[in-house]
Amino acid sequence: MSLDRRSLLKAGTLGAGMLATPYFFHRTARADDTIKVGVLFSLTGGLSIIEKSLADATLMAIAEINASGGVMGKQVQAVVEDGASDPKTYNEKASKLVVSDKMTTVFGSYTSASRKAVLPVFEKRNSMYFYPTYYEGYECSKNVVYTGAVPNQQLSNFIPWIIKNLGKKKFFIVGSNYIYPREMAKVCKILMKQHGAEYVADEYLELGHSEWGSMVNKIKDSGCDAVLSNVVGDSVVAFYREYKNQGLTHDKLPICATVTSEIEIAAMGPEYAVGSFTSFPYFMAIDTDRNKAFVERYRKYVKDPKAVTHHALESSYFQVFLWKQAVEKVKSMETNAIREGIKGQQMDAPNGHVTIDPDNLHTYLTPRIAQWQSDGQGKIVDAYKEPIVPLPYVAYGETPTNLFCTAKGLDVKKLRKS
Amino acid sequence: MLDIVFIGLSLGSILLLVALGLAITYGAMGVINMAHGEMVMIGAYTVVMAGIWLHLGFIASLPLAFLVTALLGYLIERLVVRRLYGRLLDTLLATWGVAILLQQAVRLEFGLSFLRIHIAGLGPGLQRVTVPGWMTRAIPVGGDEINTYRLVIIVVTAALALLTWLLMYRTDFGIQLRAVMRNPRMAAACGIDVERINALAFAYGSGLAGVAGVMMSGFKTVFPDMGTPMVVDGFLVVVAGGVGSLIGSVLSAGILGQVDGFVAQATNDILARAVVFALVILIIVVKPTGLFSFKGR
Repeated sequence: MSLDRRSLLKAGTLGAGMLATPYFFHRTARADDTIKVGVLFSLTGGLSIIEKSLADATLMAIAEINASGGVMGKQVQAVVEDGASDPKTYNEKASKLVVSDKMTTVFGSYTSASRKAVLPVFEKRNSMYFYPTYYEGYECSKNVVYTGAVPNQQLSNFIPWIIKNLGKKKFFIVGSNYIYPREMAKVCKILMKQHGAEYVADEYLELGHSEWGSMVNKIKDSGCDAVLSNVVGDSVVAFYREYKNQGLTHDKLPICATVTSEIEIAAMGPEYAVGSFTSFPYFMAIDTDRNKAFVERYRKYVKDPKAVTHHALESSYFQVFLWKQAVEKVKSMETNAIREGIKGQQMDAPNGHVTIDPDNLHTYLTPRIAQWQSDGQGKIVDAYKEPIVPLPYVAYGETPTNLFCTAKGLDVKKLRKS
Repeated sequence: MLDIVFIGLSLGSILLLVALGLAITYGAMGVINMAHGEMVMIGAYTVVMAGIWLHLGFIASLPLAFLVTALLGYLIERLVVRRLYGRLLDTLLATWGVAILLQQAVRLEFGLSFLRIHIAGLGPGLQRVTVPGWMTRAIPVGGDEINTYRLVIIVVTAALALLTWLLMYRTDFGIQLRAVMRNPRMAAACGIDVERINALAFAYGSGLAGVAGVMMSGFKTVFPDMGTPMVVDGFLVVVAGGVGSLIGSVLSAGILGQVDGFVAQATNDILARAVVFALVILIIVVKPTGLFSFKGR
């Protein structure tokens, strides 16, 4: 009886050892030569229009890092997954990357919907997500590094500039019907009130809606003197075209946009957008050698001499380098170490100097305003001298001296008071 | 007031433009053609490609797009649809599959993107179509401004509707097609080549979708998924108007367009869309066969 039990134990230990061994070998073998990171964008479906370019920029950055010796002397290997323009698929692929591939770093997402869908995975399993898109704010995750603009970096320069330099007093706010345009409209209204302007309407269209006849007619009849557009996606193209087709011109009634980028301008034809404005921290036309070289390299990488670069694409590119610096600083690929390493990390990106805020993990960026020209490029008409602090809760009263989102997390009391 | 009526008319003409082809393939032939939206998409891409590779202008691309999509429609009928007549749900699934194939073929550049080869004008991105300058102006009419592009769409739609009516009611082909619609076996017994008529009708319906694609490309966005929402609107019009009735499709497109335009102006576009859907449901509940209908196969 006792013999039996002993042999059973023996067999058990042996079995456990056998199960553990291959895993052990596997892990050491992998850790030696490469560092794996996840890349999660939509390569198929409606959003692939833009997300494909973000994936390309990410992979280009990884290729450049590898060409110059990798991270800590190891080559970076990208595991690419397709979010298929569907938040549910995003969640599944994120689980795959984090749970079964054991990634501690994933670069990905364009829409807020897809970011919200993967957030629980990264927070529960404690892994880092690098998110390159401008978004609505109102988020304070310790597992996301946000390298795109938040509302105060797109609007706090834009609205006062329109009121002061263009002399506009009555705004027509129009957007796609989901969280980003609605949060942006909130910030717009606060800023308009502060600077003595008003809004005559705040209207929304379904995402992907391309029938603008009635809306443009309403804009015409509203008596506004400027249009503030938070319209997203392919609707943008139909909007600008209908605008011109109905006889409206940007020199009398300019569209001032927060989403319209080089991609949409190229798709609609620049003649429809000439004279309108957009506010972004990055434009393809930024006249520095660093940016020109970046555009050149990107076009070569995607083998398309006419490819355009834009804000989210540029962020997709530089955030990989910030990650590299963070990993090399802490000499670890462990999540908590990367999070500590990324705080205060800075570099010279194509748009200028960028720094990760140690409190909210968002990025210091330089707000710029551009007026679209007939060659499809934005002429920069106003730019801040230096990068400004990201304030994801600016619509709820957050200021640089009164942060809601700090290294300790979100201060719910301050949010409730607002 | 004039501007609102005009927008309604324009919305109706856009609905009809897509629905005309469906009125033939679904209404006349009993095929739920889910690939109809993709025919619109292919038509739009024909303008893009013709502009890049053949330097053809917008108007010159119209007949080309008709030919390309008609040919494609003919092939689809010969390869897939002809095996499925009388099996309504199977046509739905099969043509849906064709729709996905066509979308992916454009998005993946016929598979060449895997080999890192890029064809200008294809791929997942947004494509641009250059519209002649005279079409992007507004003409002042009695205090309001009329959008030239929308006016052109109304004219093209009216011309196509008239052409389709002439084809159906004033030609031998039309008589044969209507005979096949009512009773294909009896038509065959009378010596009509049913297979040929079906294939030609399907090709014509697809060709109309191609023309619709050209007109859409000038003021909407051209990308691989553009056709999918349009086919839904197309079916709404055909079902509300009465399956198989050309005049029914014309009238229901007109009514839905005006309702959409007026409600959008009075409230907003999101509500207008809901009202249009509600109206279609109401029509189907009250008159299950649609506004105008006759007994067919």
